[in-house]
Amino acid sequence: MAAEGIVDLIGNTPLVRIRHLTEHLPDSVEIYAKLEYFNPGGSVKDRPARQIVLDALARGDLGEGKILIDSTSGNTGVAYAMLGSSLGFEVNLVMPANVSQARKDIVEAYGAKIIFSDPLEGSDGAIILAKRTVENDTEGKYWYADQYSNPSNPLAHELTTGPEIFRDTGGRITHFVSSLGTTGTCTGTGRALRKLKPGVQIISVEPDAAFHGLAGLKHMDSSIVPAIYDRSVPHRNLSVSTEDGWDYAELLAAKEGLPVGYSSGAAFAGALRVASEIDEGVIVCVFCDHIDRYLPPRKMKK
Amino acid sequence: MAIQVRIPTALRKLAEGRDVVEVEGANVGEVLTNIKSLFPALAEQLVDENGKVRRFVNLFANDEDIRFLDELDTELSAGDELSIVPAIAGGR
Repeated sequence: MAAEGIVDLIGNTPLVRIRHLTEHLPDSVEIYAKLEYFNPGGSVKDRPARQIVLDALARGDLGEGKILIDSTSGNTGVAYAMLGSSLGFEVNLVMPANVSQARKDIVEAYGAKIIFSDPLEGSDGAIILAKRTVENDTEGKYWYADQYSNPSNPLAHELTTGPEIFRDTGGRITHFVSSLGTTGTCTGTGRALRKLKPGVQIISVEPDAAFHGLAGLKHMDSSIVPAIYDRSVPHRNLSVSTEDGWDYAELLAAKEGLPVGYSSGAAFAGALRVASEIDEGVIVCVFCDHIDRYLPPRKMKK
Repeated sequence: MAIQVRIPTALRKLAEGRDVVEVEGANVGEVLTNIKSLFPALAEQLVDENGKVRRFVNLFANDEDIRFLDELDTELSAGDELSIVPAIAGGR
């Protein structure tokens, strides 16, 4: 049966057992990864972008020629651009100029327009520029999606990611590990899992320093904290170094056939730490995207 | 030569809160060595214990990634900019 549109192909991503990098663990401790790069836009962000857009269309915030604008370090922008192309609305994205050429190219292929922010200001710089652009929008041409504050973001994960994980582990999940960016995945998936299986442990992972190379993640103490972040959802927060995130991303590609991005490496590092502390359990972590969005070094635009 | 070193937000508190600092150096390697004496805590964030630039740190000499130029031997002239750019950080 064919899908009606790309929107219907988002989600229901595969769950895969990690075998080789877990050989040191007892058989009673299982680690699974949810492969979000199987989404049509290439990352986990297809989910919140879809929910944000569908909710906005239902409310009438989007439609009638409104342009969707948001700040993004890449993946959400790709998702919005894909949805804009498929559902028929314009997309403008504020991105730091040091996002990879791959991300810039794919976004422009979908027909979206990029407004570049200062790469030295990071993703918070993009947030600030997006807000300023919206404030100066006297014609009212924009609708600001605001993924860091929009409750449709965690809702997407509460409705899809969480129930999928519960279903695909046969209800056996004991620990859920998620890295923190907008915090939508952790907040929403965590909420769903805590309802479906009281007693499940929710663990968040963040970079261990303000200056880090884990694309997409936030070191909360030094960043603008997203409004959607619900600190009551995770039971525990782990800090992971950029070095570990990159090393594990490389190992997952070389030893498991999973060519994932650096935030995935960080989530896996967190899962391994949890695994080392338990005698039995079913740990699920989220692999947000594919390494091919990061590979070539990029030229900087001013 | 006096090089303008541009500092990313996350590291400004290690550079006396400044977004640009002036450092001497005829090439990128020399500038990094001089950053180490002027701002040791800042230098620690940029290079590993073997003195190599950390993998996720991108250095741009006047908007060109030094990987496309001469790496640490990339020569610099007075007034040139050396930008320290993390491999995209913070949020989605």
